Amino acid sequence: MKLSGAQIFVESLLKEGVDLIFGYPGGAVLPLYDALYKSKLKHLRVRHEQGAVHMADGYSRATGRCGICVVTSGPGATNTVTGIANAYMDSIPLLVFTGQVNVEMIGNDAFQEADIIGITRPCTKHSFLVRDVRDLAKTIKEGLYIATTGKPGPVLIDLPKNVLLATADFSYPKSVSIRSYHPTYEGHPAQIKKAFQAIKSASKPVLYIGGGMITANAGKELYKFAMKTKIPVTTTLMGMGAFPSDNAISLGMLGMHGTYSANMAVHETDLLLALGSRFDDRVTGKLDQFSPSSKVVHVDIDPGSIGKNVSADIPVVGDLLDIMKKLNQHVQKDKTGWKEKHKDWLTQIAEWKKRYPLKYKPAKKDGKIKPQQVIEAIDEFAKDKSPIYSTEVGQAQMWAAQFLSFTEPRTFLSSGGLGTMGFGFPAALGAQAADQKRLVICIAGDGSIQMNIQELATAIENGLNVKVAILNNGTLGMVRQWQEFFHGKRYSSSIMPNYPDFVKLAEAYGAVGLRATKTSEVKSVIKKGLSVNKPVFMEFVCDPSENVFPMVPAGKTVKDMMLA
Amino acid sequence: MKHTITILVENRFGVLSRVSGLFSGRGFNIESLTVGETEDPAVSRMTIVTRGDDKIVEQINKQLNKLIDVIKVRDVTAEEFVDRELMLVKVSATEKNRAEILRITDIFRGRIVDVSPKAYTIEVTGSDGKIDAFLEIIKPLGLKEVARTGKIALSRGSKMLTEKNNKDKNNGR
Ligand SMILES: Cc1ncc(C[n+]2csc(CCOP(=O)(O)OP(=O)(O)O)c2C)c(N)n1
Repeated sequence: MKLSGAQIFVESLLKEGVDLIFGYPGGAVLPLYDALYKSKLKHLRVRHEQGAVHMADGYSRATGRCGICVVTSGPGATNTVTGIANAYMDSIPLLVFTGQVNVEMIGNDAFQEADIIGITRPCTKHSFLVRDVRDLAKTIKEGLYIATTGKPGPVLIDLPKNVLLATADFSYPKSVSIRSYHPTYEGHPAQIKKAFQAIKSASKPVLYIGGGMITANAGKELYKFAMKTKIPVTTTLMGMGAFPSDNAISLGMLGMHGTYSANMAVHETDLLLALGSRFDDRVTGKLDQFSPSSKVVHVDIDPGSIGKNVSADIPVVGDLLDIMKKLNQHVQKDKTGWKEKHKDWLTQIAEWKKRYPLKYKPAKKDGKIKPQQVIEAIDEFAKDKSPIYSTEVGQAQMWAAQFLSFTEPRTFLSSGGLGTMGFGFPAALGAQAADQKRLVICIAGDGSIQMNIQELATAIENGLNVKVAILNNGTLGMVRQWQEFFHGKRYSSSIMPNYPDFVKLAEAYGAVGLRATKTSEVKSVIKKGLSVNKPVFMEFVCDPSENVFPMVPAGKTVKDMMLA
Repeated sequence: MKHTITILVENRFGVLSRVSGLFSGRGFNIESLTVGETEDPAVSRMTIVTRGDDKIVEQINKQLNKLIDVIKVRDVTAEEFVDRELMLVKVSATEKNRAEILRITDIFRGRIVDVSPKAYTIEVTGSDGKIDAFLEIIKPLGLKEVARTGKIALSRGSKMLTEKNNKDKNNGR
């Protein structure tokens, strides 16, 4: 039986077991929306295409399955660019379908034509223009395969309208083989052995864990490994959740706003075990003084990220799940008394942790609310409800990473590489759409929340009862902080006092709005907010002068670390 | 240091822009880039001449390997390889310099491919060193226009840049 391209699209995704896609219609994808009408493939219509991509991204981060979205040509397609770049930087698998003008009109500046393949080339893992309906099913299969394997990333498939209308026999390929694409999964045994030998002979090793550990679903193996060898663990922003944050050997986050203990440990270590992390400049600061006396073991599925910023003494290319398992086999067979071996090191670390914990001055009962206090209170209420957190970008994001506790991977959705304001709220909705019963909390600043606030309508419409905590400091806090420290307190364009009334705004959308203006109100607002069965905006009117500490200024070293 | 990298790519729409975009996006330099079909019409060969220290060239190799349409990458710089470039040069011809132009062309085993009352067009092939040397010598005689193809290269002997091996030498399987 012949199917139209649009029907092939729907059938292919059903064959892949896709349960939900996100999107927004328009002229070029009308045939596609026609095929979606009353189909078994659930489609969640958003309010802005950027929202659709971030939702698919949040869905992907929370579930490990590929997030999928559909938009129309031209402006629909260009609206996805930030979302695609965001997913690309954080290696999140996404499949983005964009409508396109008819094949023969491409290049003619047709109505709503955009060269979206050209525009997104530097921020996609790969992209396809489907010129013949007979290639469509195969392209979808290949696209999903490329997006989800190796180092994952966004893949874009451009669908000209007449390809969606044309018909072809439908048979969905069972397997894919791309001659030029063979990711390495198995770590080289000799390299793994070398890494293990280095671990055995190190006296002050540190595990520096990135998002790759979460992508590889290797958290359990990491836990086993770290607990057995007693090697302290620090994670990047992307790695939060890969290791339980309340563990005695957890150092929390490292880098610009990392903990004193994490940054000191990385500075002093003689063996840095970089697992699924990439030596981002927000982690390293001044490169040539980063972790100056350590040997580096660098494990990554992407050979390109090894040796890019810091050269590795022992590179291992492969899937972290496989490699962690093999490292654990080595540990199992080995008779090292790890506890004794790392005793001095752990004592030193415990001392750092004790001497310089994360801290701030809590406010008095009727004093201005401290944002850190809000985060701690949220953590206290949500802790035993296995929440998923998403964050916007800025100070609130950093406080969330610092003061929330994490026990599981895929529970902290945050824009790491691109630092995209406007990501957190739709990402929370994507995670909520994947699991309507889960407690999903978005930590936002008053600036960021306004970048995709329109998706509150999507939340209401679809019963996505996310809880949004808006830490309203009336400023673009992180920008203001940099201006305070590095630009002579000239607060150029960073003060935003004319915020909307977030409570009324929430209510206007049909959501619940709550507000705390005094420290004494914080807990009751959280308690109430988390118990409501509706999308909720909880606004906390915070002390606008609060800064994020510790801080290692950009391009500086741990010696320049500013403490609270 | 100068590096010559040869790449086999899928002969597909947009591949050239993926490769060149990678160079511009990551700030890698391209001295020359050539593309052409191979013995298999589905595959094209690119030869890229680039400059950079070891770290940069390693990144270039790795990043090229990451492109889905790239089948095989090899930096042939350290190997035995044959490389050639073709150049067409237009020189103004006068009573006085005609003989000299012919003589130099002959020494470089070039050919005059077009003659007009006022100009010669000369074809020269060779390594880039030879081409540069020819240009240097011909310049004072009245050089008008130059077109160069950029370098192409193949490994010496029976070694081939086939796709049988995996893409990356770090491959563990
Ligand atoms: C799309 C986008 N534009 C601009 C920035 C630059 N930026 C980084 S943090 C920040 C301030 C964020 O303010 P807010 O959301 O209120 O959070 P706060 O820092 O106050 O917690 C800005 C403007 C960005 N990261 N993303």
